[in-house]
Amino acid sequence: MGAAGAETAERGLPGGNGYVGRALKRKEDPRLITGRATYVDDLVLPGTLYAAIVRSPEAHARIASIDVSAAAAREGIEAVFTGEDMDDLAAPCPMVWVPPGVEVHVPDHWPLARGKVGYVGQAVAVVLGSDKYAVVDAAEEVLVDYEPLPVVVDPEAALRDGAPIIHEQFGTNQVFEWELAGGDVDAAFAEADVVMERRVVNHRTAGAAIEPRGALAEWREDHLTLWSSTQIPHVARVILSIELGIPEERIRVVAPEVGGGFGSKLQVYGEETLTAWCARKTGRPVKWTATRSDDMLTTHHGRDQIDYVRIAATREGELKAIDVRVIQDCGSYHLIEGPVIPTFTSCVVSGVYDFDAVRTTIVGVFTNKVTTDAIRGAGRPEATHLIEVCIDQLADELGIDRLELRRRNFIRDFPNERPHGFVYDSGDYDGTLDKCLELLDLDGFRREQEQLRSDPDRPVYRGVGFSTYVEICGLGPSRALGPDGWGMQGGYFESAQVRVLPTGGVMVYTGTSPHGQGLETSMAQIVADRLGLAPDAVEVIHGDTNTGPFGKDTYGSRSLSVGGEAVARAAEKVQDKAKRIVAHKLEAAPEDIEVAEGVFRVKGSPEQSMTLAEVATEAYIPADLPEGLEAGLDEISFYDPDNFVWPFGAHACVVEVDAETGRVEIVRWIAVDDCGPAINPKLIDGQVHGGAVHAIGQALYERIHYDEAGQLVTGTFVDYGLPTAAEVPSFETARTETRSPTNTLGVKGVGEAATIAASPAIVNAVIDALRPLGVRYIDMPLTSERVWNAIQEAKR
Amino acid sequence: MSTRVPIRLSVNGRAHELEVEPRLLLVHLLRDQLGLTGTHVGCDTSNCGACTVHLDGEAVKSCTVLAVQADAAEVTTIEGLTGGDGLHPLQAAFWEDHALQCGYCTPGMIMAAADLLARNPDPSEEEIRHGLEGNLCRCTGYHNIVRAVRDAAAELRAREAGARTTEVV
Repeated sequence: MGAAGAETAERGLPGGNGYVGRALKRKEDPRLITGRATYVDDLVLPGTLYAAIVRSPEAHARIASIDVSAAAAREGIEAVFTGEDMDDLAAPCPMVWVPPGVEVHVPDHWPLARGKVGYVGQAVAVVLGSDKYAVVDAAEEVLVDYEPLPVVVDPEAALRDGAPIIHEQFGTNQVFEWELAGGDVDAAFAEADVVMERRVVNHRTAGAAIEPRGALAEWREDHLTLWSSTQIPHVARVILSIELGIPEERIRVVAPEVGGGFGSKLQVYGEETLTAWCARKTGRPVKWTATRSDDMLTTHHGRDQIDYVRIAATREGELKAIDVRVIQDCGSYHLIEGPVIPTFTSCVVSGVYDFDAVRTTIVGVFTNKVTTDAIRGAGRPEATHLIEVCIDQLADELGIDRLELRRRNFIRDFPNERPHGFVYDSGDYDGTLDKCLELLDLDGFRREQEQLRSDPDRPVYRGVGFSTYVEICGLGPSRALGPDGWGMQGGYFESAQVRVLPTGGVMVYTGTSPHGQGLETSMAQIVADRLGLAPDAVEVIHGDTNTGPFGKDTYGSRSLSVGGEAVARAAEKVQDKAKRIVAHKLEAAPEDIEVAEGVFRVKGSPEQSMTLAEVATEAYIPADLPEGLEAGLDEISFYDPDNFVWPFGAHACVVEVDAETGRVEIVRWIAVDDCGPAINPKLIDGQVHGGAVHAIGQALYERIHYDEAGQLVTGTFVDYGLPTAAEVPSFETARTETRSPTNTLGVKGVGEAATIAASPAIVNAVIDALRPLGVRYIDMPLTSERVWNAIQEAKR
Repeated sequence: MSTRVPIRLSVNGRAHELEVEPRLLLVHLLRDQLGLTGTHVGCDTSNCGACTVHLDGEAVKSCTVLAVQADAAEVTTIEGLTGGDGLHPLQAAFWEDHALQCGYCTPGMIMAAADLLARNPDPSEEEIRHGLEGNLCRCTGYHNIVRAVRDAAAELRAREAGARTTEVV
């Protein structure tokens, strides 16, 4: 990789001070652009058995019998296992949300079904053999006798009396009912001039990482190693230990290169447990790789809420209260977080607005579909969508300009405690909206809109939609999220270890597990500035539970604001120790040592200096260290934030709608986001582009659709409409930088922000375009058919 | 499954003689038998393009080509794109412009873009977007991919012009 290596060889250049904030190229890219990265399916171990999984074609059925004899008898087949064979598992999949005082129904969820199936695609048996084509042939010969049961796919139907009950032991399909409220909601509605009500459907979508899931397990002398395409190797180790009954210290989980996650790999799936169990059972390495159909059927889906929204306001447009009842389709079983995800809708359901009272009630429902769990944004895109769409709806009802209604109600004092208990850390909602409008030229757009519409021969319908959003991320304060708070059975700190090597290079071990976010680069920038190095001399290691301290992995836009802060703190501990060594050697006081221009030097006497490599020599040949100082230069930090972080911004979307066909085309997209001071602006823009397209996909094209029999209709990329380059616009991005007081870097997360922001801007733009035709509201996805129907409906 | 068919093909300039199952997919030949794991599988239905390689100079989706169909052909994968050391202008531009995040679609995207530029050395943004619609990326939103392809196209044209100037001199 000659050229690639040479281009990043900045090691000899002066480092320190000034790498943070620069749009550096990524350190991780050379291996990725040359095809030399190692994803889990690229790994090969001698003697590996391939696994093929037999999946249920029924959405709801009792398993009367399974006959594996024909499959097992085929040439090259090593073993076939069913759920009954796995009776030595110590526990089913643990669901980690136990909210104090709220009952949540949690059915046993095993890697292979036991006695019945609850969704199409549920794993029923596994076939192992040495040829990956032969195991698929054999899997087709596993004969399963299903006794079909009545199916229910609509969550509202599932709640009605007489609906088929999916888990008889609970006597109901309701999973839980949970509420978060603050302020006097009922009084606000009783006194309101105006009450706006709207049913908003936020349909089911797939994470659709381009790398399908996969796992490779090796069992060696009572020790398990699992390589998995996961976002959460550290959490997975804990959960595998619980499920398999193997002591945690004998399990190593490695997330090698991971080909995208978007929340869909924030999970410990049955196949990971199954692969590990099969390796233990057979004594051979076992590998399983999902096909795309496996992935669409069994990788958890996201969203799937029906939101009943009520907003109380005065006639002058002062927002008083918001009350939302959420019906969340949970699918038929839970995975590790499932039911908690919709509760995150409650956090930002009142958006950037100064409501006096806020209430969110969530009702989870079992249906005969695969589990819903975290997908990029995880509950917050649903919140932004409903509030931002409904603000436009209310503006129309009140006859107030949409942006004026927003501005009349923006929160402007920070930190700001909201009625439902959260404290927004910092913000400048006018600032991002101003910048957005500056880029848009709204007056110019309105003139153009009017002109295009008034063409008598061929009116063109253009519209602009806005989303002024706030989101909550940087998961998170353990006190708020943990067992006595939200009820998550875990801590949400992050860890980092910064190790200076004897020759002066640096290894950083982060407890996060990036899979595309570029943290090998941004964390190196953070460390480089603190230790007087170039980022190229800093290697960031992640995703292996056998290296570095216990971590909490990557999700909830936490890797920089929690993980990066931990890295900064560990680097500062190293810096402090290095300063003591330098002060000792140069006969100065530690507080008089500074890091500048790539060296540790005495303030005011820059000629008196040491490089980090010279300090490392002193630390690792500890013949002359200050009194009482230990050898080595290697520090750990565990950082648990006091608050979440609250990124915000303003997005504007311009669409053109073909009134003859209902086709929506995005003409412009302006995104102004504020995630605090940039560590690497290149990476921020990348997250905004990708995040917005994720939401554009949901708003216009993507929909997971099950038919009445519970069959997944959109089970491949032929049927599931991921946006291609031809369907999406280029983006005009800008930023404002408002520091978060939560961490010393001042940063907020950006991985999910644009996904949380974007969908209502599109819906609002389409409604703006079609207002002259009488269209007032449309649910996503805004397919041509749905838009055309809305136009026809409005004509009647 | 026991029937095997002899094939000969060249992959990244190296000749191979192999016996394969008639149903073996080209992508599995490349990945499992030749160890060229830079070519990925993302969908099995020819939609995502993660498996894109060049077959006799044209981009194909190797998850829907049988290995026997590549008999007597020349195959180029991401590992052989430059034919030597250094980076292809597309690789360099993808790096410079942050046109990748998780990197899983990247080899296929680069191979598809190389094919596009071979056919159209100066594509417009619209032509790039349509030219790459057979390749899915979930991370980047395509913005920087389009930019990188334009930048690489400019670089390739500049090199071409430079080469012509040299010939004239």
